[in-house]
Amino acid sequence: MFMYEKKLQYPVRVTKKDVRMAKAVLNQYGGPDGELSASMNYLTQRFSMPLNETKAILTDIGTEELGHMEMVATLFKKLIKGATKEELIAAGMGGYFADHETCPFLVDAEGEHWDSKYTQAKGDPIADLYNDMAAEQKARATYENLILLTDDPLVKDTLRWLREREIIHFQRFGEGLRLVEEYTNSKRYY
Amino acid sequence: MVSYNRTAQEALRQQHEMLLEVQKLQFAALDTALYLDTHPNDPVALYRHKMYTDRLKTVKEAYEMQFGPMTIFGQEVGDYWRYVNSPWPWEM
Repeated sequence: MFMYEKKLQYPVRVTKKDVRMAKAVLNQYGGPDGELSASMNYLTQRFSMPLNETKAILTDIGTEELGHMEMVATLFKKLIKGATKEELIAAGMGGYFADHETCPFLVDAEGEHWDSKYTQAKGDPIADLYNDMAAEQKARATYENLILLTDDPLVKDTLRWLREREIIHFQRFGEGLRLVEEYTNSKRYY
Repeated sequence: MVSYNRTAQEALRQQHEMLLEVQKLQFAALDTALYLDTHPNDPVALYRHKMYTDRLKTVKEAYEMQFGPMTIFGQEVGDYWRYVNSPWPWEM
């Protein structure tokens, strides 16, 4: 089962309102390489993992990603708080506001809706773990792009922390992949 | 024991401070746990995980005693379910 704990995994603070940045960070909420895609990838793929180590790592990283969704949504709310009609329109968020007001929604930075096609569950543990390592690198690259888009030191701090988590997850998936490869090789006879 | 004459601002500052301690220790425990998932017999990681989770238990209990349960499985010691009205993470 899953349990909710009423706190963020890491503090999310902003210096000031920034509607354009709010729009950009939504990419890590409902974008192709965002936190929802990552979480759904891992929490689904674990059901066909052959080793307990990889069931564990997919479960625990998939769960951590849910916490990252909450952080990104919080960042969005804090960046958009107090936005005026003019600011929303200038940031290209008029249409977004019509549909969702200032609630975070599962879309990318351009408003494209999240789709389960952003996720993969091949059922083959090697294919899935390579996919997950690539997913972490794509998320790492997205966070680097977001860091370049802001001058706010507090926003940068949160984004840097999230970026570092992608690197740790990549490392852990790599170790999981090695364990699965050793396991499958030990069972293969020609 | 909570003193009743301090301002709401002071209370919030103290909550942030205690929360940060919980976040730090939980992060250390989580990161060690992820490592243990792929290295379940690493003695140093096992030792560290035990150290972090021991300390986490203490600071979390103190936090929950003062500000209410963080989870619906936390214990409410008062006569009101503070979980509802303690600040939500995106509003803190």
